[in-house]
Amino acid sequence: MITNFRLWPESASSVAGGVDLLFLILLVVCTAVSVGIAAFLIYSAIRYHRKSPNELGTQTRYNIPAEVTWTVVPFIFFMAVFVWGAKLYFEIQRPPDNAMSIYVVGKQWMWKVQHLEGQREINEIHIPVGRPVKLIMTSEDVIHDFFVPAFRTKQDVLPDRYTTTWFEATTPGKYHLFCSQYCGTKHSGMIGWIYALTPVDYQRWLTQGAPEGSLASTGEKYFHQFGCANCHHFNNQGRCPDLRNLYMRPVLLTTGKTIIADDSYIREKLHDPDAQVPWGFSANVMPNFTGVVTEEQILALISYIKALGPQPGTQEPSSSGAAPAEYGTQKGIGGPGATSNAGSQVEKR
Amino acid sequence: MIQAVAPKIEKNYLNEKVGLLSWLLTTDHKRIAILYTFSITVFFFIGGFFALMMRLELLSPRNWLVSAETYNKLFTMHGIIMVWFFLIPSIPGTLGNFLIPMMVGAKDVAFPKLNLLSWYIFMLGGGVTVYALFRGGVDTGWTFYTPFSTTYSTTYVVAAAVGIFIAGFSTILTALNFIATIHSMRAPGLTWFKLPIFVWSMYANSVVLILNTPVLAITLVMLAVERIFTVGIFDPALGGDPVLFQHMFWFYSHPAVYTMVLPAMAVISEIVPAFSRKPLFGYKAVAFSSIAIAVVGFLVWGHHMFVAGESVYSALAFSFLSYCVAVPSAIKVFNWTATIHGGSVSWDTPMLYAIGFIGLFTIGGMTGLFLAALGLDVHVHDTYFVIAHFHYIMVGGSVMAFLGGVHYWWPKISGKMYPEGLARLSALIVFIGFNLTFFPQFVLGYLGMPRRYAAYPEEFQMLHVLSTAGATILGVGYVLPLCYLIWAWHYGRDATPNPWRATGLEWKSSSPPPTHNFEVTPIVTAKLPYDYEAMKEELELV
Repeated sequence: MITNFRLWPESASSVAGGVDLLFLILLVVCTAVSVGIAAFLIYSAIRYHRKSPNELGTQTRYNIPAEVTWTVVPFIFFMAVFVWGAKLYFEIQRPPDNAMSIYVVGKQWMWKVQHLEGQREINEIHIPVGRPVKLIMTSEDVIHDFFVPAFRTKQDVLPDRYTTTWFEATTPGKYHLFCSQYCGTKHSGMIGWIYALTPVDYQRWLTQGAPEGSLASTGEKYFHQFGCANCHHFNNQGRCPDLRNLYMRPVLLTTGKTIIADDSYIREKLHDPDAQVPWGFSANVMPNFTGVVTEEQILALISYIKALGPQPGTQEPSSSGAAPAEYGTQKGIGGPGATSNAGSQVEKR
Repeated sequence: MIQAVAPKIEKNYLNEKVGLLSWLLTTDHKRIAILYTFSITVFFFIGGFFALMMRLELLSPRNWLVSAETYNKLFTMHGIIMVWFFLIPSIPGTLGNFLIPMMVGAKDVAFPKLNLLSWYIFMLGGGVTVYALFRGGVDTGWTFYTPFSTTYSTTYVVAAAVGIFIAGFSTILTALNFIATIHSMRAPGLTWFKLPIFVWSMYANSVVLILNTPVLAITLVMLAVERIFTVGIFDPALGGDPVLFQHMFWFYSHPAVYTMVLPAMAVISEIVPAFSRKPLFGYKAVAFSSIAIAVVGFLVWGHHMFVAGESVYSALAFSFLSYCVAVPSAIKVFNWTATIHGGSVSWDTPMLYAIGFIGLFTIGGMTGLFLAALGLDVHVHDTYFVIAHFHYIMVGGSVMAFLGGVHYWWPKISGKMYPEGLARLSALIVFIGFNLTFFPQFVLGYLGMPRRYAAYPEEFQMLHVLSTAGATILGVGYVLPLCYLIWAWHYGRDATPNPWRATGLEWKSSSPPPTHNFEVTPIVTAKLPYDYEAMKEELELV
């Protein structure tokens, strides 16, 4: 049975209107031009239809003004569309500073989602409306693509690196999530739902979930489980850097270059510890964690390091291995405000 | 020359020698064109069969006919066969081979033996690919994206890649042959700006093929090396970069898209003047627009990667260049249209195909503007919108042009006329079937239906059913010409040397031409191309 037949997609994000407007304007102009060309073609074919078998057409070869016109006018139109499309793209690509982060891991053939609050979901993402959401995504295997038609947003999800996308849902509802980059046998089964909830419903959903702890606290568990805590002491001493106050800060490397300690940098250290070593430290100290930690565990670890934000001395992180109760609720530590906090720190410097 | 026994039958390239060996060992460009025609027709119907199976499967939102695994193989095989064994070799291998030497007034191509070798290499590549397909197929999509193709797929990836790799050499050799022929074998007096636009377009096309095919070859070699020897090139698990593959593949494949449509533009640029009895309007603009497409076409590959994690600034550059490459295509459309205006327009089958081509190519090109708009591409990328867009170019464009060209030159190639009424009806069926198949896919795409889905949410079903209905009509439109052209080959009315009263040198030869094309080497005295004015008496036109 055919249900829900429609010709126009739902639109439920802050950028959808802009995309639709450009699409509609282009549609109107291109339809007008196409119909114009088709009408002129048909008119000419009928008006100049051969009347006698020996008839010859008029032997016009050039008309320079006309030719210049139909070269220049389309070019100007194309440039206008180019500029408009580019403006829209920058808007779609750049997440606002106050966006809340959600981590997404794609694998054949499912979407695994981790919220900073600790909730984990598969093929479903619950988000609040009216609040920008930034997704930090990676893949465990092949290239996938995170596509939400109702939000007019799409981003490839690549193995071995993070890509991001963002959206702000405007209307509460249930929206399709598709994998839009062919990823193998069950590609068409790698689909899910986005649940855009009102802020009240979202809060209810957050409390209903009853996770074991925030993502940062899970990360802290891994930090001890994988032995990171054995070397990375929080006292600025020893062979390994103190990870407090590291996230999104510039790091001076042994090469003399400076790099921002973002998600990708932290991830890289686990897979290739001897690349881009910080100044004052040596290579061949940190073990390689390739094949030891999963992408999800890395995201939890990053979330923990992110939560180690405060200035040294102001907050002594727990090193007991037990998840501190305040993680995930405390502002700036793994809570929804964590990203904005980290971002503002960068700006302050 | 020995006269035939029956006085009415003159010796021509078809009857001078007989027997299978005379065909398999021929170095005559016209016979090689026939060999290609036979081969690509077989490949077209294999690829078409896969398409039909896909369309049938998509009648239902669930897998009702084939499994997801089989569906993935179907779209992969459809793509591989249609792109490398039909679209790219179609017009160059058949009409290009037959016509380029005749249009320049030569006896054959510059390297006739190389020309035959091209066909054998093509058949070898095709054979290996078909072997891979029937042994179990490939499920990577024709784009072979890594690391899926190198590490995860368990199908016959390397065999298919080897087939395509081999066929690439045939493409390069044919292109080389055309370039050498056009440079060195033009008849006395036939300067560059007197050449038919067909030759200009095929020249631009050949240059592109020589430059981009080796890139595909090396990309496929790297893919095979990673897959067989687990050398890390593209798979990040081995230390490679998956996006590097996309850069290399599209650096080949975007120009390749133009090598599928430049020959189609070549054909249309001949049909439109011939059936309007008018010189091609804006000849130089059309000639140089082909060159512009060939050059700028190499600079736009990044527009396939706007959502692949490309930096916003390179996306900006590729979007800009993509709009630039749209200009020469627009120029061509306006010039063809202006040629028809004020002509003596006949509604013969080739012209119906040409007019259909201009309309469908316009829609295909215009929807490219949507895709090149960065912010809009984010939504429609990798959806049915893209599928509809490139099928408007490749099926609505290239296949329509191929059929138009086959009808236009059929009297020359076979020496027989095809049944005009039936042919016009088929052209109409193709046009209707095509639009019904692919127009709904634009709507599907904007709704968000992703590509390469074996099953899909129910709300898309209505449009899929429409599309499948269109595909069956389109199928009829393709089978009909196959039937009546074979019929006409045997039973058609004999064709005169120049049934359309066109200006090209190929029409100065008999139908079908003798083995050496011209009894005497033609000397071109006309000052201009498509010079109906000068040839008025000769063509009996008033």
